[in-house]
Amino acid sequence: MSAEGTPSVGAPATRRDGQERAPLVSARGLVKAFPVRGGAFGQVVGHVRAVDGVDLDIFPGEVLGLVGESGCGKSTLGRLLLGLLPADEGTVLFDGVDVGRARGRELAALRRQMQIVFQDPYSSLDPRATIGDSIAEGLRAHGVPRARREQKVREALELVGLEADHARRYPHQFSGGQRQRVGIARALAVEPRFLVADEPVSALDVSIQSQILNLLRDLQEQLDFTLVFVAHDLAVVEHLCDRVAVMYLGRVVELGTRDQVFGAPLHPYTEALLSAIPVPDPDRPRRRVRLSGEMPSPLHPPSGCRFHTRCPIAVEGVCDTEVPALLPGDDPGHVAECHLRTGAHRDLDPGRAPAAPDA
Amino acid sequence: MTGAPADPVPPATAPGGEAAPDDRTAAGPLLDVRGLRTWFFTSGGVVKAVDGVDLTVGRGEVLGLVGESGSGKSVTFLSVMRLVDAPGRIVDGEILFDGRDLRTLSDAEMRDLRGSRIGMIFQQPISSLNPAYRAGFQIAEVFEAHEGLKRKAGWARAKELLARVGIGDAERRARAYPHELSGGQAQRVMIAMALAGHPDLLVADEPTTALDVTIQAQILDLIADLQRDLGTSVVLITHDLGIVAEICDRVAVMYAGQIVEEAPTRPLFLEPKHPYTQGLIGSVPVIGQRRERLAVIPGRVPNLVDLPVACRFAPRCSARVEHGLTQCTEALPALVEVEPGHKVRCFLHSDAVEAVPEVPVEVGRR
Amino acid sequence: MAVEEIPLGEQQAGDAEPALQLERGGLWRQALRQTFRKRSAVAGGVILGLLLFIALFAPVIAPYGEREVLIATEGLRPRAEPCIHLSVDWIPDVPVLSRAESFLEANGFSCPSDRPQHLMGLDGNGRDVFSRILYGARTSLVASVGAVGFAVVCGTVLGLVAGFFGGRIDNVVMRVMDVLLAFPALLLAIAIVTARGPGLFNAVLAVSVVTIPVYARVIRSRVLSVREQDFVAADRALGVSNARILVHRVLPNSLTPLVVQATLGMATAVLELAALSFFGLAGDPDTAEWGRMLSVERNQLFTSPHLVFYPGLMIMLNVLAFNLIGDGLRDALDPRLNS
Repeated sequence: MSAEGTPSVGAPATRRDGQERAPLVSARGLVKAFPVRGGAFGQVVGHVRAVDGVDLDIFPGEVLGLVGESGCGKSTLGRLLLGLLPADEGTVLFDGVDVGRARGRELAALRRQMQIVFQDPYSSLDPRATIGDSIAEGLRAHGVPRARREQKVREALELVGLEADHARRYPHQFSGGQRQRVGIARALAVEPRFLVADEPVSALDVSIQSQILNLLRDLQEQLDFTLVFVAHDLAVVEHLCDRVAVMYLGRVVELGTRDQVFGAPLHPYTEALLSAIPVPDPDRPRRRVRLSGEMPSPLHPPSGCRFHTRCPIAVEGVCDTEVPALLPGDDPGHVAECHLRTGAHRDLDPGRAPAAPDA
Repeated sequence: MTGAPADPVPPATAPGGEAAPDDRTAAGPLLDVRGLRTWFFTSGGVVKAVDGVDLTVGRGEVLGLVGESGSGKSVTFLSVMRLVDAPGRIVDGEILFDGRDLRTLSDAEMRDLRGSRIGMIFQQPISSLNPAYRAGFQIAEVFEAHEGLKRKAGWARAKELLARVGIGDAERRARAYPHELSGGQAQRVMIAMALAGHPDLLVADEPTTALDVTIQAQILDLIADLQRDLGTSVVLITHDLGIVAEICDRVAVMYAGQIVEEAPTRPLFLEPKHPYTQGLIGSVPVIGQRRERLAVIPGRVPNLVDLPVACRFAPRCSARVEHGLTQCTEALPALVEVEPGHKVRCFLHSDAVEAVPEVPVEVGRR
Repeated sequence: MAVEEIPLGEQQAGDAEPALQLERGGLWRQALRQTFRKRSAVAGGVILGLLLFIALFAPVIAPYGEREVLIATEGLRPRAEPCIHLSVDWIPDVPVLSRAESFLEANGFSCPSDRPQHLMGLDGNGRDVFSRILYGARTSLVASVGAVGFAVVCGTVLGLVAGFFGGRIDNVVMRVMDVLLAFPALLLAIAIVTARGPGLFNAVLAVSVVTIPVYARVIRSRVLSVREQDFVAADRALGVSNARILVHRVLPNSLTPLVVQATLGMATAVLELAALSFFGLAGDPDTAEWGRMLSVERNQLFTSPHLVFYPGLMIMLNVLAFNLIGDGLRDALDPRLNS
């Protein structure tokens, strides 16, 4: 793993050409806290650190999955990457430009290159605007003349498998799956290089989900944009993504290629997540890593390793006091935040074969 | 509940619970639904949400009822519970629970049955609980209503039960209001409430859809444990095939108000026969099974108003086109047992046609 | 449903999904259609239509002028009771009708055709009440539309700005609105008119200012929720300017509750204007205004009830019309907001 200059978080997926590339999006030390109001006068009683110190590199042309349970900060991170939310600390560089500092022309240029697809197909389209108007809005903002806009709207609709004359219809005339197609068309109409899809299929019916997943996959291959796919469904992420980042309580706890994370997970949380998924295969043996308890409140995250309250292998005196760092495991590019698996206390891991020499 | 002391043990539970142990073993399935039709009479037309469902639930069996939204899977069991509200109405069919037709029971008898012999848990546990009362009180109420327990005794039993469903620190949690519980805890409370009446049948309608996977795993384990210990029959209504494969003995797949396939779990997943079931299984990405593309069922669930008498899946069915079948759009295939225990409603497997009974017009009108 | 060949290709998968609703046209048109499916809203619409017709064609329908004093010309006494000619030529010559006619005439319900007809009698100054009632519709509608219109515009701008930008601006604007709301509306209106001097314009202004906070609050609360919708976030992500989002997305989606509120507000405005002019604070005594007509003749309630009855009836009908339409609109629009 090359670590000259700025340390790169996770090696670039050697996707097609096999050579390393500079990251398209690079996040360092991202923190986003939301004030929690309470009491009689609505004063701020605390902060939920939804994203709490995330470093992440996203490489051109890859599909990165961002997984975790509700409240882990995955959606917030997605919006921080796009600059839709201002970060409290840390920076996001898009192609070398600081997203948080860009203003005016520079910001407009950034906006055109970074897009988002939302989870809820019902609230993501203006009910009072036609589909065509919604899609054209971004083109208009970037100064595309009217005649050209209409042409582009038609192209975008056809791209996502709708008909060009749907442009004149209103959102309520469409089903959830069709609306999600419109949402994708709107994002892609401005020809972005970077797309964040925030749980784009979780509000849809099973048989419609696969239509949208196939569509996203086709479009990504066809247009070669960089995709961050935010999801809670690990199976969907495995199906679609080249690399996977697993989040827990505002931090990325494991990051690696699909094969690394799904084949040989490092972090005990990833193991638990993987084993908790019900698999539609009656012959598959159940080896469930049962997690006790619930996700702790992000208002008061546990000390030390945030996962130690639920971790089946946590060691007292280590995991509850020392904060782990995102460190590489044996495989290049596969990093995890665990004292016992990648940190200084590998000798304490009960499951670790003693024979394995330190790399 | 102030009237609890005056109420003796409700009479309806006595014959079922005490006097009929011999019948129970002798009789067939616990629940036997025959030709159930539940229609909704809306301004836009008659929505045939459930249209001819035959279904049995054996004693001690875990049955999975699978379908997408609008397939009628929830309405089927709301009908069994007689909880269908206007404009919906059960227009036809029999619901035999332990040999008695639930459609003939009075509202009061049905109420007693619901808390005691049939328990139900829902998708949104927090909103299914009354926000104004403590969790323990709501469970105690069930004991008060069905066993005539006094407040104190009911409360003590509630705490026992909360501990049984895996709520740590039951003493404190019993005093919590629903909004102070997490989703997983609230679902445990719901399960405790449903079990308080010692039901013979537990109906779980998407019990884990609103929960995270790690919590979902806990709840599924709990349901499976309880089922094993108490011998309760369980109906699990879900859209998630994975859940079904994990804990169900038998599976029924619903599409557009009808059961299209029904089989024990293994054969259903290993050799699904109905094109819809095949499509459904193929369209879900599965951990550890890499596929280039997901199978796609084209189109969407049909509008349930004014459906022609034909296979309801025909407009979306690729197998029909491949095999050049023509009768699919002309007649309704019957649900036929093609292998032991494996029933399917498809002309690819049987030519049997289902005769659609004429539901009297005045029944259909309001 | 057509059961023809099905498109099985990937790209056509979307096409195979039929559009859910075939209803064409925007949401507003549907909402209106929905509103007038209700009988009460239709009744309100009919009454309002009549009032509008009267207001528009008052000079044509009215037999006399708004300020025309008739004592000198016709020799009638002031506050003369209504005189209605029943034996009109166009009533067909049917025995039953003519018998009823003579019965009514004999018992003093009609007046002989040689006396001039005054459907609602004369007022204290000897003016034709029917004509003044007709002209009163103009004053009432114009004044209430003016009052509500001004309040809606001011309230919308304030609410939009406060809700969309939030923070300090929001705090300042909304606290001022709270102060305005803290006074009883009518007292505040009276204070404003007293300070600026009586007159119809000032009365309209007063009624308007008093209701600005209502609209500002409605809009603000709606803006707060619309602002969080994903389609606003989508526009932001596309680089659309704040001003355009505000006007193009937030405003149209905030209007539904405003329309309901404004319709119901028309009723309140009619009443408040009537109250102000009852106190003599709106318009000169010669302007035909129902509230004023009512107040001037209130002491004659028992001697000449028609002078109080007709203006009162008109105020009631006017308020009723707006309330019925407002209720219908609310029922039609609210479920859409929730869904």
